[in-house]
Amino acid sequence: MWAYWQSVPAHWRELPARYRLEGGRCKDCGHKTLPEERVCPVCGSKNIERVALPRRGKVINYSVIWNAPRGYEYYTPYVVALIELEDGTRVFSQLTDVHPEEVKEGMEVEMVIRKTRVSGESGLIAYSYKFRPVLG
Amino acid sequence: MVYVIGVGLTQVGNHWDKSLRHLAVEAALAALEDASIEDVDYIVVANALSGVINAQENLASYVATHLGMAGTPAVKVEAAGASGGAAILLAKSLVVSGTAEKVLVVGVEKMTDYTSLEDSTSALSTFIDSEYEAFPGGTLESMHAMMMRAYMKKYGVPKEEFSHLPLLMHENASTTPHAQLRFKLKPQSYESSPVIAEPVTMLDLAPISDGAAAVVLSKDVGKESSVKIVSSGQATDTISIYRRNDLTQLPSVRAAFKRALKASQDFKPDFYVIHDYSSVMGYVEVEELGLAERGKASLLFSSGDARRDGSTPINPEGGLKARGNPVGATGVYQMAEAFLQITERAEGWQVPGAKNGLVLSVGGLGANSVVHLVRGV
Repeated sequence: MWAYWQSVPAHWRELPARYRLEGGRCKDCGHKTLPEERVCPVCGSKNIERVALPRRGKVINYSVIWNAPRGYEYYTPYVVALIELEDGTRVFSQLTDVHPEEVKEGMEVEMVIRKTRVSGESGLIAYSYKFRPVLG
Repeated sequence: MVYVIGVGLTQVGNHWDKSLRHLAVEAALAALEDASIEDVDYIVVANALSGVINAQENLASYVATHLGMAGTPAVKVEAAGASGGAAILLAKSLVVSGTAEKVLVVGVEKMTDYTSLEDSTSALSTFIDSEYEAFPGGTLESMHAMMMRAYMKKYGVPKEEFSHLPLLMHENASTTPHAQLRFKLKPQSYESSPVIAEPVTMLDLAPISDGAAAVVLSKDVGKESSVKIVSSGQATDTISIYRRNDLTQLPSVRAAFKRALKASQDFKPDFYVIHDYSSVMGYVEVEELGLAERGKASLLFSSGDARRDGSTPINPEGGLKARGNPVGATGVYQMAEAFLQITERAEGWQVPGAKNGLVLSVGGLGANSVVHLVRGV
């Protein structure tokens, strides 16, 4: 448990991305990123606007973590995945509401808000996006 | 010209009785003695995790102090697993620029002060993006796992094909005196290895290690034997894998290699020291270095070509997998070991006739790569 984890501002300033999946869009080439960057990694433009990213996408790669870092043991085994959103933007996220053996490449997923990191009994409870299989 | 004129290293392993300072001082004194000198103009310390694991920063002064060399200019270099390679590159630049004539590079890592696997996993997770990869629960190992999954899918390679690297590394390390895991592996132990981050298992990964290594760089050849750093190259890639297009490649390795070759196009290594933090990473590295076709790296390790007496010796000391991986010190070990190879002091792990070596250090999942080309003089 690191003191950094107890930092309210460190979590608070990332909330647009963590709660609402807000990222950046390059007005020159259209490339989108999560989180929002000052400089477009594709064309180098500094002409960036904030946009809400689509909350649905598909799993393109994943790993089942059996050896968790401190603070994440509770979730073990859990799945982390590389997700391609409907507009092609890639994000890295934990999957939730799914058994590890049910996860497949190409699986359709949608964003939900879940408890992500709990820092001790009296510490900060950080919520953020996770992705679950699309219902129905 | 810049020469390595002396080296020192400690046993790699679990040094319960030794702190950062004991390890750093042991290696540094051995290197100074090996070079037959008592003083240097500069100290460059390579380390990746002392702030996280040992609650110790200000490491340059810390090392100088315990060496009895307070007063000497010193700086620490951190580039995750590439810290050692990058520190040597900086030290070389200090010599080339005329800032220093002799530089002591000390790589040190003390990982086992975190005694649980959860904590060392957390420490290594500082090598990925803290806010957008580690916060959602990602680990460094899970990134290697995705690289392995992408490699298996793209080339149709089954999981057991990754056993050839750990098997050879353990075989090599079994006769390397300073290696951490000095025993051979049975093929069946690979199959039953516990899962760390599926599909990566324990035997795909380097162990948790303590250790220190030191090299002395000089603008002139040494009193004893010397090895020339012919040329070097470095490149970065995105820290996050979700920003990359193709997980089966390591463009930073390719770019660092190309930059090193630019200054010496005729250079033909007769042994290679690669950064096999995981078996899949080792495979992709040899492909980026042009030693194997894409998707075919396992053949290099299974055919015997990569053995010490093969056509393309790779990691004669046993690599990160079995020599061990004292993270920030690893690149300095690699250079010290290349020196011992070229000066024919690698007793028990010698590559016959080794004169030209390639040393590759990599941080994170190819987020930072450094290549040094070295030659005997």
